Amino acid sequence: MPEGTIGGDVATETVRIRGHQGDEIPAYLARPPGPGPFAGVIVLHHMPGYDEATKEITRTFAANGYTAIMPNLHWRDAPGASPDDAAAATRAAGGVPDERLVGDVDGTARYLRSLGSANGKVGVIGYCSGGRQAFLAACSLPLDAAVDCYGVFVLDPPPDGMPLKMRPLVGLAGDLSCPLLGLFGAEDTHPSPAETARLEQELTRLGKTFEFHTYPGAGHGFFAVDRPSHRPEAAADGWRRIWDWFGRHLAA
Amino acid sequence: MCTYSTERVEVAGSGKGPDGWFPLSLACVYLDHPQHTRAEHTLNIDFLNPGQGPSARVAVELSEEPARALAGAIHAALGAVPEGLS
Repeated sequence: MPEGTIGGDVATETVRIRGHQGDEIPAYLARPPGPGPFAGVIVLHHMPGYDEATKEITRTFAANGYTAIMPNLHWRDAPGASPDDAAAATRAAGGVPDERLVGDVDGTARYLRSLGSANGKVGVIGYCSGGRQAFLAACSLPLDAAVDCYGVFVLDPPPDGMPLKMRPLVGLAGDLSCPLLGLFGAEDTHPSPAETARLEQELTRLGKTFEFHTYPGAGHGFFAVDRPSHRPEAAADGWRRIWDWFGRHLAA
Repeated sequence: MCTYSTERVEVAGSGKGPDGWFPLSLACVYLDHPQHTRAEHTLNIDFLNPGQGPSARVAVELSEEPARALAGAIHAALGAVPEGLS
């Protein structure tokens, strides 16, 4: 029997997937009831790690009819450690390398497509650093839809002195493989509304399919129900747009 | 935002974690989302010994002003040491 529980209308378990370079990493899987077919959604956690709040988001996707999975992006830096210790270890090591992230999302997408209940479509969503990584994945892999929630350093480079050699991703925008939904806060400074407006111009110039929404009165992290940045109205509208976006682009 | 920005300091000394005392070799200092504090950002310090694994860690999350006061207090305490004591 797999490790896991079945509660309400969602079944969850921790599975092992093959990520970057064939490494085996754990991933939190949440499935809707029934045989499907279901689209898949990859949820990318933020810097604080493979945490309970992002597991709850993963379950929310399953409760709404998607097979959702959150790979543990910090596992290699701290196998078996608690998520907060693993996040600290990843930070001490310089962060999640972009190449490793792409390999892990690729492996996660392959896992989703291999499920008997799959409809063949896979989307990706990420929050904060995961928003940047969702954009990176969508520009590097064949995916069907992407959602960037206040991702940082997509357009502008990080300030000098950061230990990780992170690069702006806008140069990859021409390779964006799927429709992109961007959800941002008007009070956010990273990314700022000016930065997302420039990204919008670039995606328009490239003829990409996308929608950006910037919420007044909301800053960074407005979806996070466990943090003071939570803005219920922005989050509720954001969820509505996510369901619309994935509903349109991940249908078989 | 997730800042990524991290100041790394090699340290010598000891820290006390859930399994008792252990030698420290590294401190990471960063302003970012906390794990526990109900604030959007905190000044976080991880005292680590990577050689003993990721759980060899003493972590603190401080709001900004007390963090500055702490930094000042460290300087003040070190500055008050009589010559020759350290």
